[in-house]
Amino acid sequence: MGGIFAYILHKGGVVDDTATELIAAAKAFDNAASPTAVAVGTGAGLDAVCTALCSSYAEVWKIANDALAYPNAELIRKALLEVLPQDAILLLPHEHFGVDLAPGLSIKMNSPYVSDATGIEGVAGTTLRATRQEFGGQVSAHVQCDISNGAVISVRAGAFKSVEGLAANGTIVDKSSAVGALSAGRRYLETIAAETGDVDITKQSVLVSVGRGIQGADNVDIAQELADALGGAVSCSRPVVDAKWLDKSRQVGTSGQTVKPKVYIACGISGSFQHMAGIKGNPFIVAINKNPKAPIFQLADVGIVDDVLEFLPALIQKVRES
Amino acid sequence: MEILVCVRRVPDTGENEILLNSTGNDIERDDLVYSINEWDNYAVEEALQIVAKAGGSVTVATVGREDDEEVLRREMAMGANQGVLLTDPAFEGSDGRGLAAILAAFVKKGKYDLVLTGVQAEEGGAQVGGMLAAMLGYPFASLVNSIEVNGNKLKISREIEGGNKEMSEIDLPCVLSIQTGINEPRYVGMRGIRQVASIPIPMLGASDLGVNGGEVGVGAAKVKRTDYFVPTAGKGAEMLQGSRDENITKVIDLLKAKGGMK
Repeated sequence: MGGIFAYILHKGGVVDDTATELIAAAKAFDNAASPTAVAVGTGAGLDAVCTALCSSYAEVWKIANDALAYPNAELIRKALLEVLPQDAILLLPHEHFGVDLAPGLSIKMNSPYVSDATGIEGVAGTTLRATRQEFGGQVSAHVQCDISNGAVISVRAGAFKSVEGLAANGTIVDKSSAVGALSAGRRYLETIAAETGDVDITKQSVLVSVGRGIQGADNVDIAQELADALGGAVSCSRPVVDAKWLDKSRQVGTSGQTVKPKVYIACGISGSFQHMAGIKGNPFIVAINKNPKAPIFQLADVGIVDDVLEFLPALIQKVRES
Repeated sequence: MEILVCVRRVPDTGENEILLNSTGNDIERDDLVYSINEWDNYAVEEALQIVAKAGGSVTVATVGREDDEEVLRREMAMGANQGVLLTDPAFEGSDGRGLAAILAAFVKKGKYDLVLTGVQAEEGGAQVGGMLAAMLGYPFASLVNSIEVNGNKLKISREIEGGNKEMSEIDLPCVLSIQTGINEPRYVGMRGIRQVASIPIPMLGASDLGVNGGEVGVGAAKVKRTDYFVPTAGKGAEMLQGSRDENITKVIDLLKAKGGMK
């Protein structure tokens, strides 16, 4: 089993919160593990990131290259293949960059790839045992793989509790010279910011949020009636935007908005990880879903198994009467 | 533009309660409603829209069994020009890498400018497209939510955090994994499916593709699932078990207490 490396996300010279979660993931392999941080980028921003990482990682590998000013997974894959040992165990966050990098990297390293791990149960001999979710989070699975020749493991954000209070006093090792000129078949152009909508769901204290269970654009009006009666606004989960029943600006989740209401009423929302990751501030969550196995019932405060199209009109009437 | 779309038939998580079987080594598969993987359906629609503008044809392929032919026919009813079933006992139990290896062998037998997959399927791995691209030596982009053809290049956007779009240009041939919401997939009725019911669907096995059976299938899987279990994330909601009226009364009391009523 090779050394454990943690791929560090950063932006504008600031280290992402997942950096310390990856230390917790490494310690789930082996409590004595001291993972090596790998920070890729360029310029003063990268230097600031490496310096900051020294407080939590004993060793920080810096890969500076002018071609890496923007994180392009194809270029970074080439750089990592030059720098990482063949039997490296690489941990990285499972988000939009991770899903771009990890699968192809695992092929080029000829390593097993465990995608979107929600837990690491430990290593017996050279066999890693991990947990992940399938079927939209309705069931979980144990998976195992032989890590004696390395592994690539993407880790769900928030699944591992950050290791706090570290004083690693780490050292920076500059690996930049191992990487030559880089080019790729995909070239970054620009980032286009999300459009803002008519209602700012991030500022609401009450959200009536609708999912696939609302079944049609016309039925969104029912949720709007409840929101009006409660003094809140209507938000939604991803399938509602995909179906064009509501505007993208109403979407809660990792690819939408992060909201922090006092009360969140989830109507016909299954409760995928990506959706729930957009709800912060520990609101009181009421979930109504006709599927008793919906993951939302694991995460809500109060749950009702019912058809939202029948439950909501009855609720609206009672709210108006009270 | 010759486009291959890799698709998969999956249990529909919107229509099914996913339960474990009695031994926990699989989900209970009796009486499941299967359908086209949602992401793949968007990928096929996108391929059809590209071909409508740029010319060419759309092939849909799946690794599976004879039962999986129904999703190929469904996508052919949408407008895909042909379907191919990649099937062999040696393919059974392949992990993501095994599926990618089978698909890579198929891609090499044809001449495709563009290969599309869905971002992910029922296992949520989001891995086959990226692995396939690496095996083929093609550029790759995941989470693609728009495509514009520009000669021998594409201008694409990827869905990144907060609904922002990361714009890139990518050389052909390439592999893209398609995100839901990129388009509005056209409706397929029973009539459309009947119209393609008699079109032959070629079946290709390991020897047809030049795939070494020892490098795919359950035996070659680097990542093996040992069992399923029911997650216990969070403390679990207090489930209201009363009549609808009783539940509503309780919800209103709670909303008043938690600041959810004006």
